[in-house]
Amino acid sequence: MPVVIDHRPNRTPTAPPPRRDPAPSRLTYRLQRMWLTPLYRRVVRVGLPAFVLAMVAGLWMADEDRRVRLTDAIASVVTQIQSREEFQVRMMTIEGASPVVDRALRAMLPVDLPASSFEIDLPALRLQVMQLDAVESIDLRIRPGGILSAVVKEREPAILWRHARGIEILDKGGHRVASVTSREVRPDLPLISGEGADLATAEALALFDAAGPILPRVRGLVRRGERRWDLVLDHDQRILLPATGAVTALEAAIALDRAEDMLGRDIAVVDLRHPSRPVLRLGVDARNTIRQARGLPLLGPDGRVLPETES
Amino acid sequence: MADLYQTQRAMRNMRRAALQRGVIGILDIGTSKIACLVLRFDGTGTFRETDGIGPMAGQVNFRVIGAASTRSRGMRRGEIETMAETERAIRTVVATAQKLAGVRVDHVIACLSGGRPSSYGLAGEISLPSGKVGDHEVASVLAACETPDFGRGREVLHAQPVNFAVDNRSGLADPRDHVGNKLFCDMHVLTVDGDMIGNLVHCIRRCDLELAGIASAPYASGRASLVEDEQELGAACIDFGGGGTGVTIFIRKHMIFSDHVPIGGNLITQDIAQGLRVPLPVAERLKTLNGGVEATGRDDREMIDVGGETGDWETDRRQVSRADVIGIMRPRVEEILENVREVLDAAGFDYMPSQQIVLTGGGSQIPGLDGLATRILGPNIRCGRPLRIDGLAHQLTDPSFSSAVGLALFAAHPQDEWWDFEMPSDRYPARSLRRAYRWFRNNW
Repeated sequence: MPVVIDHRPNRTPTAPPPRRDPAPSRLTYRLQRMWLTPLYRRVVRVGLPAFVLAMVAGLWMADEDRRVRLTDAIASVVTQIQSREEFQVRMMTIEGASPVVDRALRAMLPVDLPASSFEIDLPALRLQVMQLDAVESIDLRIRPGGILSAVVKEREPAILWRHARGIEILDKGGHRVASVTSREVRPDLPLISGEGADLATAEALALFDAAGPILPRVRGLVRRGERRWDLVLDHDQRILLPATGAVTALEAAIALDRAEDMLGRDIAVVDLRHPSRPVLRLGVDARNTIRQARGLPLLGPDGRVLPETES
Repeated sequence: MADLYQTQRAMRNMRRAALQRGVIGILDIGTSKIACLVLRFDGTGTFRETDGIGPMAGQVNFRVIGAASTRSRGMRRGEIETMAETERAIRTVVATAQKLAGVRVDHVIACLSGGRPSSYGLAGEISLPSGKVGDHEVASVLAACETPDFGRGREVLHAQPVNFAVDNRSGLADPRDHVGNKLFCDMHVLTVDGDMIGNLVHCIRRCDLELAGIASAPYASGRASLVEDEQELGAACIDFGGGGTGVTIFIRKHMIFSDHVPIGGNLITQDIAQGLRVPLPVAERLKTLNGGVEATGRDDREMIDVGGETGDWETDRRQVSRADVIGIMRPRVEEILENVREVLDAAGFDYMPSQQIVLTGGGSQIPGLDGLATRILGPNIRCGRPLRIDGLAHQLTDPSFSSAVGLALFAAHPQDEWWDFEMPSDRYPARSLRRAYRWFRNNW
């Protein structure tokens, strides 16, 4: 009820506004219930925005020109950042490499310096350098100041391996270092030969170490059947070593040589393949001397009995 | 009764489906207010210790995640009078509770207080051919209960087996696997007006909700406000509502009697409005804030401004003493209590082993009511609040929400009803044959 009633003419008393019904209308109620449905809620809150985003992006990207413009813009930004002064590599330093390897390394660098450090793929370069036989390991890094530094550790030549296709220098582990044209290029290195000799270089080096006193007479080691070694001395003398315990057998032979001057005699082969039963094969001259003393026919240089000749 | 059996079974299945989904709504439609609780069933059943809520009545496997109450509209004497208004009120309360809970409620369990409930005690008896009680025999004995004529348009709301007896061993809660020759059962059946349930179902359907169960409000408030011992030893629960007063008698954890006195708090408000010539909202305020039933000398001096918007200064500045209000309220409260006394007498409450009476409902908050009730009903009276349940806001724990809380317990652990047992198969063909015969007779 209003406090003051207006009695002037043509003033109809305005009815108070009807009280709002607190009940939700059927539509509001249904919408609210729909909104509380989990699936609907998820669709509206996640699915719909994602769909709209994908739709807009897809429509925008559908045009070829816009796609090209977008990729160009991205590429230009990328190059702009990569070609900054801070990322430039100006020089390359190589430590611990021989001149040959040094030249090869510089030739392997795929880009011309100065270049951006993003263009130099260090792991790939490293793998490529490791293809060189002469290089054992390389430490490649880009140092501050735009320096590409390579610290190279080269393989050390330890042994020469003569095989059917030529002569190669091997390192201690049997890995190829380089090829040589003749034995005289590296007379300081011991020589091995035979198939599979490079797989047993460690044993060969141990044998050369063990052959101390007779080393001046040693011509080399021959791998036999990829299993055991023959030690070849000058005057066509051979020491056949067993497959296992070759060093011990060689030491035994050297002891025999010291005691009896075995290798100074006319002995063609010392067969140590059975460790408990060493066998000696005498040279042709010695055998002929014996045969002559016994009155037997003599042997020729090929080991056959000579035909009886009237002399 | 088979139709009802089917609908109640359907509601039970709906309730099971709702429990599987984990969310169920509780709708307490009263004359003065409508309350809605949204329960979430965790399914774990693990006991959570939250401020004094113990694992008492199995109320641990759910928690209230949304609760709302609003003024009831379109209701009179516990019955729906204007469907559209009630529907709006249900929409309001369900929308608010849903908003609080953040989940959508699809299944509700509702209760109704009016509808002229009447309770019957039925007895059934079968002989046991196999000499042993099984599920089938239990269902048969329940079906063998002789049903009286409930009257036109009456629907069975509760049909709970109260007691089983095998031969001379009585008082069995679960007679299965007992050996004997005869099986007896006592069943308590509560019927209400069928059209009223129809109206309620219609209102709830109009709100896009599925009805997963229906219970009587006095029964629900009894389950919430009687403690376990009282339910076991026997007690009466008196639910003072707005449109009527419900009386329930429990013994051995079963409701054995329920009735309704159609005088409630709204009538007290009406008396005050008539007696003091004030509008109904003012009368409601006077009753709620200054009401009472025991006048003292101090109440004569305590003057209350009536207020008003009539425009008449003299009327609007009136003052009444609190003694006046009490003088109007007391006769009506006495009348309610005397009616309750009559109902209890008719039910034979005097012969119960325990005479405990629990007052609950919104009307039980009238100061001094327990003193007055002691004089009329009996010495063992207490004012009961509903059981504490997990997650219920503090302002919703007063006695007027006991039927809502009871419905929540009903949703979590319903007592066995007749329709929880399989109907014996020999009943089906007779019914359907008879129906087919009737259909033929009507059509040719």
